[in-house]
Parts: sequence; structure tokens; C-alpha cells
Amino acid sequence: MSAAHDELFRTLADPTRRAIFERLCREGEKTVGALTERAGVSQPVVSKHLGVLKQAGLVRDRHEGRHTHYSAQLSALAPLIDWTSKMTGFWESRFDALEDLLKRMDQ
Amino acid sequence: MTETRSVVIEREIAHPPEKLWRALTQPHLIADWLMKNDFAPNVGHRFKLSGDWGGVLDCEVLEVEPNKTLSYTWNYENDDAAYALQSVVTFTLTPTSTGTHLRMEQAGFRPDQKQAYGGAHAGWKQFFDKLDGVLARES
Repeated sequence: MSAAHDELFRTLADPTRRAIFERLCREGEKTVGALTERAGVSQPVVSKHLGVLKQAGLVRDRHEGRHTHYSAQLSALAPLIDWTSKMTGFWESRFDALEDLLKRMDQ
Repeated sequence: MTETRSVVIEREIAHPPEKLWRALTQPHLIADWLMKNDFAPNVGHRFKLSGDWGGVLDCEVLEVEPNKTLSYTWNYENDDAAYALQSVVTFTLTPTSTGTHLRMEQAGFRPDQKQAYGGAHAGWKQFFDKLDGVLARES
């Protein structure tokens, strides 16, 4: 298990933090205020969680006027995805294409 | 210790090994089912597989036994070791009464030994998203 994996798991281990991340994944960009409305914790606590998520690369912030908008960075989860499952799907589809080609080829 | 992982795909192909071999080794045919390439069936030949998504795989032919075995490296370089992949792809063809049994094994590992496996670069994600789109259109 790499340091990058450790950080991702550690970051998402906290249920409140995970809920914030999941909400950003589902509902898209949100301000701290909007996130606080349903987080069940105070705004400073939400801000702190967002800081940790940002540190781990799981969220990105965008400043607009007085507001900061946060959005989920799904690509940060990529290291957790096993390449073998991706490649299995890749080869299965390529072999479909291969069989299709063979049908078209002259004997 | 480096942990290696493998993907194994096996298929019964309703065509003889000689024909399948052509599809695996002739550049214009490889391009048809896999990716654009400058492949040549010579051990030590270095070539690239270029995906429509912009990614390029660095490959080197390791083994060529006509109509039986073809093996080449399948490496994806990335500055971030967590996303890079070094692997070897081996196709094994066995004649059957109805055609050919095709076995493909991709054995791979991360260059960084602490990160033995895992990882899908954004390029891969785009690639598979694109692939999904292509498949969806075809179905």
C-alpha cells in the first residue's frame, strides 16, 4: 500500500468528510455555505474537512467574488482502481473487434 | 518484493491460427482491431501503439513464433509513478478442430515497487470512456 493510497483511505475514513465528498460527486459544485446546510456540523468544521479533502486532491476550489466553490476531483480516486479490471474490459472489447476483423478477412 | 498481476483472456476463435496470426502481426490489421502502430514481427523491434485518446504505449517485441506465440512489452510512461504501467502481453495460439484457441495474458507491475499494482491514468479513463461510447454506438 503506497503513501498515496494511505492518504486517500485516511481522508475518506471520516464519515462527515466522506459525506461531503459524496455530495460533491453527486450534486456537483457547491459553496461552503450550501454544504453546511445539510452537513449537520458548523461551517468552520465543514471548511476544515474541505481543506483536508483539498490536500488529498479530492476536491478543487474556485474563487468567485466572496464565495469559494468546491468540486469533487474523481480522478484522485484513480490510484485505487485496479488496472487489471480495466484491462480485462479493454481486451474483451478488442477481441470482439478482432473477431469482427477475421470475419471480414479473406481466407 | 514486486507484486505482479495478470489479466488473462481466452477465446475460441472460429478461424485457423495462420489467419489469426496475420491479424496479430500485420500493422494495417492490428490497426483495425487494436491501435495504430508501427509493428514488425521481429524480436527486438521497438514500436508504438497510439490510441485515439492521444496516449502512446511503448512496446518491444520479445518473442515471435509464427502461428503460435507473440509477446511484446506494453509500457505506459508517466511522470507520476503511480500512473505508469510496465507490462508484457503474450498471445498464445493453439489449433483446435474448429479453429484456434486464443489466450492473451498481460502481466504487469508498477515501476515503483511500493506501488505494486493499481492505477488508471486519466488517459486510460478517457480511453475507456471513449471505448464505452464506441461500444454503445455499435450495439
